[in-house]
Amino acid sequence: MSDLTGLTLKAALDGLADKSFSSEEITKAHLNAIEAASALNAFVVNTPDKAVEMAQASDARRAKGEAGPLDGAPLGIKDLFCTEGVESTAGSMILRGFKPGYESTVTSNLWRDGAVMLGKLNMDEFAMGSSNETSAWGPVVNPWRARGGNADLTPGGSSGGSAAAVAAELCLGATATDTGGSIRQPAAFTGTVGIKPTYGRCSRWGIVAFASSLDQAGPMARTVEDTAILLRSMSGHDPKDSTSINAEVPDFASFCGRSVKGLRVGIPKEYRVEGMPSEIDALWEQGIAWLKEAGCEIVEVSLPHTKYALPAYYIVAPAEASSNLARYDGMRYGLRVEGANLTDTYEKTRAEGFGPEVKRRILIGTYVLSAGYYDAYYLKALKVRRRIADDFDQAWQTCDALLTPTAPSAAFSLGEKSDDPVAMYLNDIFTVTVNLAGLPGMSVPAGVDAQGLPLGLQLIGRNLDEGTLFSLGSAIEKAADFRAKPAKWW
Amino acid sequence: MAIDAATVRKVARLARIAEPEEKLESLAKELSGIMDWIEQLAEVDTDGVEPMTTSVAMTLPMRDDVVTDGGDAAKVLANAPKSAKGFFIVPKVVE
Repeated sequence: MSDLTGLTLKAALDGLADKSFSSEEITKAHLNAIEAASALNAFVVNTPDKAVEMAQASDARRAKGEAGPLDGAPLGIKDLFCTEGVESTAGSMILRGFKPGYESTVTSNLWRDGAVMLGKLNMDEFAMGSSNETSAWGPVVNPWRARGGNADLTPGGSSGGSAAAVAAELCLGATATDTGGSIRQPAAFTGTVGIKPTYGRCSRWGIVAFASSLDQAGPMARTVEDTAILLRSMSGHDPKDSTSINAEVPDFASFCGRSVKGLRVGIPKEYRVEGMPSEIDALWEQGIAWLKEAGCEIVEVSLPHTKYALPAYYIVAPAEASSNLARYDGMRYGLRVEGANLTDTYEKTRAEGFGPEVKRRILIGTYVLSAGYYDAYYLKALKVRRRIADDFDQAWQTCDALLTPTAPSAAFSLGEKSDDPVAMYLNDIFTVTVNLAGLPGMSVPAGVDAQGLPLGLQLIGRNLDEGTLFSLGSAIEKAADFRAKPAKWW
Repeated sequence: MAIDAATVRKVARLARIAEPEEKLESLAKELSGIMDWIEQLAEVDTDGVEPMTTSVAMTLPMRDDVVTDGGDAAKVLANAPKSAKGFFIVPKVVE
């Protein structure tokens, strides 16, 4: 039954509905695929018994005619989401063995709608990274390889496990999170679709916090429609997250395939950066041509503060992280390394429990918030953040959505950028603006480069207007007709 | 803006992360590199700009001040590195 793993989520739900196969069958097919794919290191916790149990319960519900919108669909869960009784480590040594006594709101919503959990997906430590190399459990390997090469490539990050698992057909879809590009960049690197919805669409409750004003959950899957189906289940107001938006959740899938005729799509000229491979520029032009053909009006827009988004992010995000991660003190949960006294215990616990990139960001965050530097750095960054959000507001005067490349390169080799933090940070140059402004952004696979590696295009929308992104995304998906798949080497 | 070893020592202390003396120089270099890159923010004119702390334009919601959760001591303690008789065991806090 291995062909069950190649289905789209939509096709799988249809197959389950007309009883072509059971949830137990499709779940077991995925469990077998996961077992055979350990070389990818995409899963950090496998929960096969729980998966089969959930699948059998789903089949029983369906037999009684009580199936929910995702009933029986096996999914992977990024390890940043707390799952009750199942180890949740956020890719960090400091949380090794941590089994939450509660379930995150987003995953609760998925189980409410009938989904099945296959296991927990690897990620950069505390979602801090763009290559999955900061995970305490080792990097995820991208299922894609350059044509004729056998070097291990990064799946991107921080949701690298989610991206690799979806691309390698180890799950029908996966949860992910995006603080500066952590859904969209891995989607681009693995030929998958990922959407970061409007900030506040998905509850942050039970998601291990990185930078609270930027963190947002979203789905990854193999088609635009599949992400729409997943996002609908994941979204919704939650009183347990005070920044959760109390807005109606539309049937996102109904926007897929809708005509995009007359939509005004903005092309921000500042996204044409120096040193960008010509293939990415060409793909962007191709995307513009596709949308024109589909009836969109293309308008040039200016987002003048784009180049300041990353430096502003590297103040705001570490500042929030240094505060959020203060909770890991070795007292109530997680690692404790005993020292001579209380302070020594704190310092040793955190020195041993956090990896180098997390420490680096905590130190930067502590520095920019410390006395004498707060105004010069933190407050300045918050003002620049406003400028960036204002740029978008200006753009919405003349367009309904924006089209840009997702990332400045295709997937690179593991180890290639790990010695140069700033070079690594530049991966998020096109994605991070959206987090600062709180807007929805989607990455759609649109082509491959000369080495046969996938490239993505990004769509950015107005606040709460994910619907337009699903329409435009499915228009690009249809025009690109992206069917390339990684050759199975694992 | 160069960060020196003394500053790293101070910041690491504030962040409660033990950094060995021999690593301070290399960390200072690394952090200085990042801060130098961040320094370009000074080019942006932000006079009269309101700082943006959140992208959600709404007032913080209020709820009734009632107990909604609790009574789960065993669950709360389940992940404790050390506990006994319903309490966390921690190093001595007050000398």
